[in-house]
Amino acid sequence: MNILKIAFKELIGLFIDDGALALLSLILIVAIGYAATHQIIDGTAGAGILIVGCLLILAESISRAARRKFRG
Amino acid sequence: MTTITSIASTVTASFLGSFVEVVEAFTIILAVGVTQSWRPAFIGTGLALAALAVLILVFGPALYLVPIDMLQLVIGTLLILFGLRWLRKAILRASGFIALHDEEKAFAAETDALRRQAADRRANFLAGTAAFKAVLLEGVEVVFIVIATGAAQGMLGYAAIGAFAACLLVLVIGLFVHKPLSTVPENSLKFVVGLLLSAFGIFWVGEGIGAEWPGADLSLLPIFALLAVFSFAAVKMLRRYYDAHMEPVAR
Repeated sequence: MNILKIAFKELIGLFIDDGALALLSLILIVAIGYAATHQIIDGTAGAGILIVGCLLILAESISRAARRKFRG
Repeated sequence: MTTITSIASTVTASFLGSFVEVVEAFTIILAVGVTQSWRPAFIGTGLALAALAVLILVFGPALYLVPIDMLQLVIGTLLILFGLRWLRKAILRASGFIALHDEEKAFAAETDALRRQAADRRANFLAGTAAFKAVLLEGVEVVFIVIATGAAQGMLGYAAIGAFAACLLVLVIGLFVHKPLSTVPENSLKFVVGLLLSAFGIFWVGEGIGAEWPGADLSLLPIFALLAVFSFAAVKMLRRYYDAHMEPVAR
C-alpha cells in the first residue's frame, strides 16, 4: 500500500511543483477553452492568448521563487 | 497530420525526456548492484518493468476510445503542467537559485543508505525494493512522456522508439562506464525537454480548442523558439538579480 501511496504522490508531483503555477495554468486553459467553445474568441486567438498567458504565469512563478530565496 | 517535423519532434522529445529519467533510475540500480549485489538489483528492476508493462496493457488501449479533440485537450493540459514545471526548475537551476541535480551525489546518498541497511537481515529485500521503486517511479514518468508526446497525434510508435533508444543508450553507456552518468548535462537536457513539452502542450491545447495554427505542425518550431528566447532572457535576468543580491554577502 505504501508503494502505491508513493507512486500516487510521485504522479501528482509530475505535474504540480509550484501550486500557483499549476492552478493559474489550469484556470487559463479552462477560461480559453470556455471562450473558444462559446465563440467569444476564435480558436487561433485563444491559442495566442494561451502562449502569452503561459509565459506570464511562468514569469510570475520564477520571479516569486527568486524573491523568496533572498527573503529567507 | 504526420510530417517529418512532427515525427522528428515526437522522437526527440520522447528520447530526451526518457533519457533524463532513465539516467536517474540507472543511478539507483547501480547503487544497489555495487553495494549489495546484482541479484536484488535485477529482480527489483525486472518486477518494476513487469508492473509497468501491466499498466500499459491495461490503460493503453483505453487511449484509443477517447475522441481525438478531447485527447488533445487533456494531454495538452497535462503537458503544459509538466513542461512548465520542468522549465521553471531548469531556469531556476541555470540561474543558481536551486542546486543542480548531481548524479554522483544521488549515488553516494543511495549507497550510504544501503550500507547502513547491510547489517539488516532483510538487506537484499530492501535493496531490491529500492531498485523496484526507482524503476517504477521513473518508468511511470517515461510512460507519461511517451503517451504525452505520441498519443495526441497518433504517433505512439515513434514516441516509444524514442524512449526505447534512450533506455538502450543509457544501458550501453552504463555497461562501459560502470559508474553514475554524472557527465550527462542533465539540466541542459531538462531545459530542452521542458521547452519541447511546453511547446507540445500549447500546440495540442490550441488544436483541442480548434485553433488553425499557421503552417500546421510547423508552428511547433516558432512556439519552441518563443519559449526558448523567453527562458534564456529569464535566466540572464535572474543571474543578474542573483549576483546583485549575493555581492554584499561576499564582501
